[in-house]
Amino acid sequence: MSAQAQPNSFRTGPDERGHFGQFGGRFVAETLMPNILELEKAYEEARNDPAFHADMASYSTHYIGRPSPLYFAERMTEHLREVSAASGRSGGAKIYFKREELNHTGAHKVNNVLGQILLARRMGKKRIIAETGAGQHGVATATLCARFGLDCVVYMGAVDVERQKPNVFRMNMLGAKVVPVQSGTRTLKDAMNEALRDWVTNVSDTFYCIGTVAGPHPYPAMVRDFQCVIGNETREQMMEAEGRLPDSLVACIGGGSNAIGLFHPFLDDKDIEIYGVEAAGHGLDKLHAASLSGGRPGVLHGNRTYLLMDHDGQIQDAHSISAGLDYPGIGPEHAWLHEMGRVKYISATDEEALEAFQLCSRLEGILPALEPSHALAKVAELAPQKPKDHLMVVNISGRGDKDLFQIAEHLGNQIV
Amino acid sequence: MTQRIEARFEQCRQEGRAALVTYVMAGDPDPETSLQILKSLPKAGADIVEFGLPFTDPMADGPAIQAAGLRALKVGQDTVKTLDLIRRFRAEDQDTPVILMGYFNPIFVYGVDRFLADARAAGVDGLIVVDLPPEEDDELCLPALEAGLAFIRLATPTTDDRRLPAVLQNTAGFVYYVSITGITGAATPDFGKVATAVERIKRHTPLPVVVGFGVKSGAHAAAVAQGADGVVVGSALIDALKGTLDSEGRATAGSIDAVTKLVKELSDGVRSVAKRAAA
Repeated sequence: MSAQAQPNSFRTGPDERGHFGQFGGRFVAETLMPNILELEKAYEEARNDPAFHADMASYSTHYIGRPSPLYFAERMTEHLREVSAASGRSGGAKIYFKREELNHTGAHKVNNVLGQILLARRMGKKRIIAETGAGQHGVATATLCARFGLDCVVYMGAVDVERQKPNVFRMNMLGAKVVPVQSGTRTLKDAMNEALRDWVTNVSDTFYCIGTVAGPHPYPAMVRDFQCVIGNETREQMMEAEGRLPDSLVACIGGGSNAIGLFHPFLDDKDIEIYGVEAAGHGLDKLHAASLSGGRPGVLHGNRTYLLMDHDGQIQDAHSISAGLDYPGIGPEHAWLHEMGRVKYISATDEEALEAFQLCSRLEGILPALEPSHALAKVAELAPQKPKDHLMVVNISGRGDKDLFQIAEHLGNQIV
Repeated sequence: MTQRIEARFEQCRQEGRAALVTYVMAGDPDPETSLQILKSLPKAGADIVEFGLPFTDPMADGPAIQAAGLRALKVGQDTVKTLDLIRRFRAEDQDTPVILMGYFNPIFVYGVDRFLADARAAGVDGLIVVDLPPEEDDELCLPALEAGLAFIRLATPTTDDRRLPAVLQNTAGFVYYVSITGITGAATPDFGKVATAVERIKRHTPLPVVVGFGVKSGAHAAAVAQGADGVVVGSALIDALKGTLDSEGRATAGSIDAVTKLVKELSDGVRSVAKRAAA
């Protein structure tokens, strides 16, 4: 993989056709192409309009509650230093949490949704559709649609509707219509299929608010740009806290929007180690959702990227305890960063994530969502191997309240 | 092998009528029944046959075609087996054009060059790959044209006059006009609007223009045949087949007849509309 020439910058993609190396592109039905080209143009204009940025900044501060804190996780740090000492080392990185779970609606998803909804308003679109896995993107979309008085329809796999009931109820309270998707495997990929079908059918008045850095160009780049606020703030906050940049970054990856948001502003700082953590489910040799570790390049949902599939290119079921990571693909920019070797993609199992969830809850008084619990599981492995002056940032992309019923079930408890 | 497609449209023109294009899913509900259905289509009045490449995630198709694809995949249908069915069809029928219709991923995974060589050898005449717009022509469209296979493009109600030339640029065989903004098997189109759209497209290209999506009956077929050079029917045939399957999704004695009966009705509908022979 390292045979490919390293570019001068990892931050210039995609090219004008939406490609990150061989990944990305626009693989959609002709019906959608005029809309996608219109969106690309509208985004380009918005991106260069100071008024759009001013709007973003104002709502980010006063509605979302940004900047989110960069928090020194002192007890987690101490604990992992003890782990390091117990194994005969004297290390243990200094761990910081980027607190995206403190955003309004409880996850990083709202950063992107704010951008897309402001763009939809500029384009005069009155009806918003979205797909959602864990429900966090759906809740964020329903929230901003409520705030701006837009119609909102959220597609959600019937399986996910069942395992994320609190979020379904939230969306309903916010006035959104949640459509349980019964086709295929009834999870996130099928929700995305149904959203694309809706878009094909209602193309003239509908804006499709995609929740991650996947889909046809310009979505992967646009969603990344909206999420880069995470990494940009982290740079400033770390300079303020420690007077220098971090040594490593860790984030979980489903489609990969929280991860790219943290990583992207640091990609050209070549000494910074970057780790993306995929969901290994029951294990990489069993059912999992780790597209980079267990998949290969293919074309789905409008882009070329790594996918879980069989010999014939049929998409395989993904599995993760976390509905937000349960997707058989990954954003195309991650696929490219993987092949370029700039980001190390590793994985954590359901079990490891559950353990990390409990560790974080007890040591820090923070209930992380199951998604960032995957990242925390790898922090628990990586941090003890690093020296004590190593600064490690982990993105706590969402809060765990939504997962409590499921976690209780796995731990053998029942919440009545 | 665009010649077979051209010859078939020429024959229809001579007969002063539109062509009937029928779509069924390869391997649905099992490979042998699927082959028998494929063979029966021309005999029942189909001029061109489209054979669906099953895919797990057909984003632009409706529930009928998705379910048909999943039925086929469940019994082990794949791209190799689909090409084999066409080879067996071609052994008996040298004239009916066969178009493969599906999504890009199975073809990409098979390997584009290998796929084009094998498809051509099996007797395939053209391809319709729903998720490859002109912006991605390098992927399959241009290699297919080079390999002598027609790459048939979809034009839709959202394809305006500015965009049409890009859509038509590398298309061959015929243009497939999607009559609605929506998925297959959904709403019935406004036939008046369809006729206007066909006229508009014909101002941009000498290729035949066929119309699909939402055509369910002989009467619909006749209405579309007024203005178009051909009519495509898919979901309705798949629904007719599905209606005969047992509770396990297996074919029954009436399965093939149910499809051919509807093809006959559609063929009668198309043939009821006399057109002036091409000038």
